[in-house]
Amino acid sequence: MGIFVGNHTRVITQGITGKSGEFHTTKSHEYAPRFVGGVTPGKGGTHSCGLPVFDTVREAREKTNANASMIFVPPPFAAEAILEAIDAEIETIVCITEGIPVLDMIPVKKALDRLKGRIRLIGPNCPGIIVPGECKIGIMPGHVHKKGVVGIISKSGTLTYEAVGQTSALNLGQSTCIGIGGDPIIGSYYTDLLPHFEADPETKAIVMIGEIGGDLEIKAAQFIKENIKKPVVGFIAGQTAPVGKRMGHAGAIISGGKGTAAEKMDALRAAGVHVVESPAEIGRTVAKVLGR
Amino acid sequence: MNIHEYQAKKLFADNGVPVPAGYLAYSPIEAEFAFRRLKSAVAVVKAQVHAGGRGKGGGVKVVKTAEDAAKIAESMIGMTLVTHQTGPQGKKVHSVYVESGSDIHKEYYLALLLDRATAGVSIVFSKEGGMDIEEVAEKTPEKIVSVSIDPTVGVKGYHLANIAKKAALSASETKELTAIVKNLYKMFFKYDYQMIEINPLVVTGEGKMLALDGKMQFDDNALYRQNEISFMRDFKEEDAREIEASKFGLSYIGLEGNIGCLVNGAGLAMGTMDIIKYYGGEPANFLDVGGGASEEQVKNAFRIILTDKAVKGIFVNIFGGIMKCDTIANGVIAAARELKLQVPLVVRLEGTNVELGKKLLSESGLNITTADGMADGAEKIVKLVKAK
Repeated sequence: MGIFVGNHTRVITQGITGKSGEFHTTKSHEYAPRFVGGVTPGKGGTHSCGLPVFDTVREAREKTNANASMIFVPPPFAAEAILEAIDAEIETIVCITEGIPVLDMIPVKKALDRLKGRIRLIGPNCPGIIVPGECKIGIMPGHVHKKGVVGIISKSGTLTYEAVGQTSALNLGQSTCIGIGGDPIIGSYYTDLLPHFEADPETKAIVMIGEIGGDLEIKAAQFIKENIKKPVVGFIAGQTAPVGKRMGHAGAIISGGKGTAAEKMDALRAAGVHVVESPAEIGRTVAKVLGR
Repeated sequence: MNIHEYQAKKLFADNGVPVPAGYLAYSPIEAEFAFRRLKSAVAVVKAQVHAGGRGKGGGVKVVKTAEDAAKIAESMIGMTLVTHQTGPQGKKVHSVYVESGSDIHKEYYLALLLDRATAGVSIVFSKEGGMDIEEVAEKTPEKIVSVSIDPTVGVKGYHLANIAKKAALSASETKELTAIVKNLYKMFFKYDYQMIEINPLVVTGEGKMLALDGKMQFDDNALYRQNEISFMRDFKEEDAREIEASKFGLSYIGLEGNIGCLVNGAGLAMGTMDIIKYYGGEPANFLDVGGGASEEQVKNAFRIILTDKAVKGIFVNIFGGIMKCDTIANGVIAAARELKLQVPLVVRLEGTNVELGKKLLSESGLNITTADGMADGAEKIVKLVKAK
């Protein structure tokens, strides 16, 4: 049993009949058969990936008893898809969609705030969540994961796979991996997730991967200092990034000299986090702090 | 996306934010007539380029006659303006903005920006206008006043009253500021801004407030629904390689170094730049081919990297999630052949069919070095580039 999802999870895909939705539902369902249906307005009654398709999330939940959703709806409609999932009281919502207008996320964030943690959104613009061997909701390559003791929280997709690959190679494995997403406004911050990793009996060490832009990592550092007893290994991408340029992710921009990698690394170090300068050192550093 | 000063001022004027009168000129004669039309004793001729610090670089000049406006325009149009934001190569000036001089009594600072933490809009105000706000924040943080607006509530009179109180504004100034902030707040949502900054926001001798400058940051993700803004894009101001890359769904940013990088995913792309630096090299670019890069995309990525003549070696770092390594290897081989690649190439692949991918690369007969892991790859490319 991992954090938020596991063997008990029943997942639907919003946007299941789209190219990416279909592909990744198939891949995720092959990895662990937790998918029970999908939603595409106007295609209710049909089947996709061998699963029933419904017109609305509410109907899908009523018919399948789903408690999680994976969203692949195109950017102009994705925020509304999240709101629909919230309205249907889906407990864990994972939005993969990249390119959602930032202001569209304001009502989503406000709706989540009102529910005070009863419903959790991961993403948007993220690889998703995986509990190795139990449940994969997202686009990460399942086969690089291995059941184990490292909990990973990351803003980046492929850089997360990198950390996963390293910890798998060293036989440490992962408890739960969550990609929080690279957009300016996201459903779950480090500070929302860290307490769950601290409380999770499977997790022995935490890897936190951040990047330039915003101040989520600074807030995480403060939180870690006060609340987290488990060892944390950190990496911040973008030490060499120029000021004022958007580095792929909408949130990854150093504005007005704020949100630099150096500033974040210093804050994490001051909080007792084992900060690595090279992303290739993540796995070895975890092994070292765990005395393996 | 960035826009020119004259465009920002038009947006302000159209939306009830007062600005000085002004006209755009592409030639000295247009500048001369612009001056006459302004009917102002003093005007300012301003070079229109996407960069700050224009004044220090000689891109902003005060004129008092139409003839002088023409003369200054003549010297500016066609010149290469170098400021601290353009880099040493500078930016070519294609047009100037001729604007009425203002009777500046006081200079304030005003900004609206997306507040990531509260999912709201922050209003930032300071009486210390005209200077770098970061400097004010560092030296005299008490001189900056800010309030966070909850968009489900909107901007209300009491928000402004609180700002006015803390900043000790007069009643007439508060009235002026309230009108401006309310209109800016409407604009924020109308045009999908991430930031609007007015520095300086001046108070004239008559007590009127005017936006003397306007820096705007739009949300690129929302441009699809912002036709008016999209049409303001000036391709001449942008890096040709970045434009070329965006045609193929690639995200490219040119840097100062000599090791070209081709990576999938933004985080890993930044991490790759970092690790090159860690091993003593300098990255020539940020390049994200996206999660599911195709053979065609890999080829275009190589082509764009190679247009940078400073590139002395290329490091391909792909963590194949969805894509199989043999597919990527074939893309790399095809690109290297077609582009007759001369510089050293180090390829690190991870994911499904990795052994097959490596075999294809080493049997291609091309000068390709394979790597195990990103540290090994970074070390190898740095060594190869230094040996040249």
